[in-house]
Amino acid sequence: MNIVGKNVLRADAAQKVTGTHEFAIDGKVPGMLWARIVRAPLGHARIVTADTAAARAVPGVVSVLTAADLPTPMPLYGSVIADQPLLAVGKCRYYGEPVAVVLADSDEAASLGVARTRIDYEELPAVVTVADALAADAPLVHDATTAPGSNVHKQYEYAWGDVEAAEPACHTIVENTYTFPMIHHFALEPFSVIAWPEAGGVQIKSPVQHPFLLRRVVAECLKLELSKVRVMATSIGGGFGSKGYAKYEPLAAYLAMRTGRPVKISTSLDDAFVTARRLSATVHMKTGFDRDGRILLQKVDADYLMGAYADAAPRITQKASYVSCGPYRIPNLKTVARAIYSNTTPSTAARGFGMPPLNFALETQMQMAAKSLGIDPVEIRLRNLVKRGEQLVPGDIPADGEWSEGLRRCADMIGWNDPLPPGTGRGISIGIKNPIPGSVSNALVKLHADNSLTVAVGTSEMGQGACTVLAQIASEELGIPMDRITMIMGDTAAVPFDVATAGSRSTVTMGNAVQSACKDVVRQLEEMAKELGLIAPGEKLQINGGMMSDRQNSLSFNDIFTRYFSKTQGEVVGRGLYKGEVVAGHPLGGLSDFWEVIFIAVKAKVDPATGKVSILKMINVSDIGKAINPLHCKSQEEGGAMMGLGHALMEQMIYDQKGRLRNGSPLDYRIPTTMDVPWEMDSSLVENQDGAGPFGAKGIGESGAITAGAAIAAAVSDATGVFFKDLPITSERVWAALSAEKV
Amino acid sequence: MTADTFDITFTLNGLRKSIAVRTDAMLAEVLRENLGLLGTKVSCNEGECGACTVLIDGRTANSCIVLALEVDGCAVTTIEGVAVGGVLHPIQESFIEEGAVHCGYCTPGMILSTKALLDHNPDPTTGEVRKALEGNLCRCTGYNRILKAVSRAAEKLRPTPGAGE
Ligand code: FES
Ligand code: FES
Repeated sequence: MNIVGKNVLRADAAQKVTGTHEFAIDGKVPGMLWARIVRAPLGHARIVTADTAAARAVPGVVSVLTAADLPTPMPLYGSVIADQPLLAVGKCRYYGEPVAVVLADSDEAASLGVARTRIDYEELPAVVTVADALAADAPLVHDATTAPGSNVHKQYEYAWGDVEAAEPACHTIVENTYTFPMIHHFALEPFSVIAWPEAGGVQIKSPVQHPFLLRRVVAECLKLELSKVRVMATSIGGGFGSKGYAKYEPLAAYLAMRTGRPVKISTSLDDAFVTARRLSATVHMKTGFDRDGRILLQKVDADYLMGAYADAAPRITQKASYVSCGPYRIPNLKTVARAIYSNTTPSTAARGFGMPPLNFALETQMQMAAKSLGIDPVEIRLRNLVKRGEQLVPGDIPADGEWSEGLRRCADMIGWNDPLPPGTGRGISIGIKNPIPGSVSNALVKLHADNSLTVAVGTSEMGQGACTVLAQIASEELGIPMDRITMIMGDTAAVPFDVATAGSRSTVTMGNAVQSACKDVVRQLEEMAKELGLIAPGEKLQINGGMMSDRQNSLSFNDIFTRYFSKTQGEVVGRGLYKGEVVAGHPLGGLSDFWEVIFIAVKAKVDPATGKVSILKMINVSDIGKAINPLHCKSQEEGGAMMGLGHALMEQMIYDQKGRLRNGSPLDYRIPTTMDVPWEMDSSLVENQDGAGPFGAKGIGESGAITAGAAIAAAVSDATGVFFKDLPITSERVWAALSAEKV
Repeated sequence: MTADTFDITFTLNGLRKSIAVRTDAMLAEVLRENLGLLGTKVSCNEGECGACTVLIDGRTANSCIVLALEVDGCAVTTIEGVAVGGVLHPIQESFIEEGAVHCGYCTPGMILSTKALLDHNPDPTTGEVRKALEGNLCRCTGYNRILKAVSRAAEKLRPTPGAGE
């Protein structure tokens, strides 16, 4: 292969290192109004009065709108269910909820207008934890959820085998409750959107991961046809799920259509904390093992705490709990997962899509079982890991890799059997996840007369490198050099449909679509060559590096092109489609395209005097099928793993009983810095060309975040002898646990 | 709100600039809004993330919390001033080569912090590199490749032995 498998440098990097890369926040449109949002100061409160006179008097302020100024019923939006109002009506349900919006000729005037808007509230009891939400007399976040009279939005159940019947055969039962905190994505680029009215519809520029999903949600909310909504996804300055689903776009679109002017909603990084978060969860897990450490049963109760509105949270709960078996052979399983409303920041997709809490629980269970059965932690995993071709979740695709290879390599790379100095420990864990089942990606490629190529895809570039990797696939297929390929991404009026830039799916699903679009181009060129009599009918053709050859002739694609059209006109348009397998009645709608599997090993040192955990070494090994771009694969996984490190050791959103977020700013909410990078960090890719994507690729990108936390927790318990069941494992928690041990 | 303005003269990426700024305007805002230099990124706007890092007289500063009038008489370098004549600086090249650029939002600030470090300390230890970049948050890369990029840049910038200096 010429270009696939090479560390091609990122196509957008030169712009990014020179500061010339444009982000939505940099954008301005002539005649634009600036919008700033007035936010609720409490988690749950009745909105009593709104006094906007002083705000309207600010020079430059054009209008101040509350729910009373918007249509009744209030337009609602949401991708799973439309339950989120453009502005809070009657009561606010979370701290930071938009209650009013100020439109002005300048950002300063809009901000001043926000400061001058007075809204009076009557506090209501707030629900901020799973226990609050499930209490018998719990205040209800919504009057009518799917389970009226309860905060439980939905419950999902999966079961196979017979858990109860299997219990007597177990030698060891490990049963624990784990908690995983609320976590913020912390993308550096703040949310920012510009919308403007256009020909009876609306155009939206936003750093959004799923432009077509946004188009649908805005169209539904504002009762427009899909064709009347154009979404242009701008390059994303960090998303991690936070920019997947509609956030401020429906409001911006509404305001643009209402005022007839372009409207830009800008927010701050602090605002992001009250815009999106990861689901927190309480996971109760019971795992039964035989004497040799083989899992006989597992029972899981996972309570996922959503925020005040559904966003993607029900789907996350449903989808993550579907793989509660992890990568292991579990003959008897019963999982019940609940998606529960609370008066907190709406929870949405986040790298790993609900897997991290389950993974932390399951991998810690494995760790405990290994210890109590006296089996090495690598060995106990090897005994339970499904083999290639073996069923994992009944009815879904079997294991598409020999995963023991990655586990062994990971253990080798960390020096699993090397002696450990006192105060240090080692841990290993396995992360697994499925992409979006039954999903659709379309792609369009256009071959031009000068042998350059345009590739049009709905994938968004969010730093993951899709613009480079998808171009590499096209380059390989058509033999066109990278610098002659232009990517058009994420503009719903210019590119064909794609469901989402999420779930580590783009290289596989969009990659397949791009590849098949390129093959479509080749097929058309072949027909042209035949029509021109350049190749004999029925001849077997060699296609390679932009050349088509039969036994006599060798023709370049461009040769065929220019002879068929001319040097000045024509275009070969290739269409590509990937459609995942849809299965009627399947709980997720269809089968997994592949399994995303990662192995992480960690060596950690714990200072007993302070409880501080230092990560000495971290190894990531991914079962990736084929790396289209190995450097970017590794750096993606490292990024994910460092995010997981943050989740494991320091990150958590803290609410008070009034539902107020107490640490919603970068000053108070710590994410890893350079000082937290493991002293040694290395990555490796298992490549057996066994994935469903182009050239045997599988997806990558989320998995580091799924299991880094579990590996770190395992290393800390190895070092201290204490198992931590609540994340984050802060110094205080470690210190307290070690001190308690001593007493 | 009307605030008084103040005339400042400073060197911006090697060129003298005179401009009237609001007394309460921050440097980041002046660079982005008044001077159209959008390469300086703003994220937290409260001095916590380093996205807005610029160099003032060769030292790093979070331009979102520096009053514009404070740079009167100073030399300011922004990301626009790092590549000279369209040729990437070795630090910029190294960031690209090591895969240290993902979404790119932190990148301008990272590069300026790296420049300040290497200008003063051409041969930093790993610990010194970590310390120098501690104030620049990156959520994408996990920093590992950024640390490698800084080492690579230091190597590129080191005078070749015998080349004299
Ligand atoms: S934007 Fe200036 S430090 Fe964050
Ligand atoms: S590359 Fe995205 S924040 Fe650093």
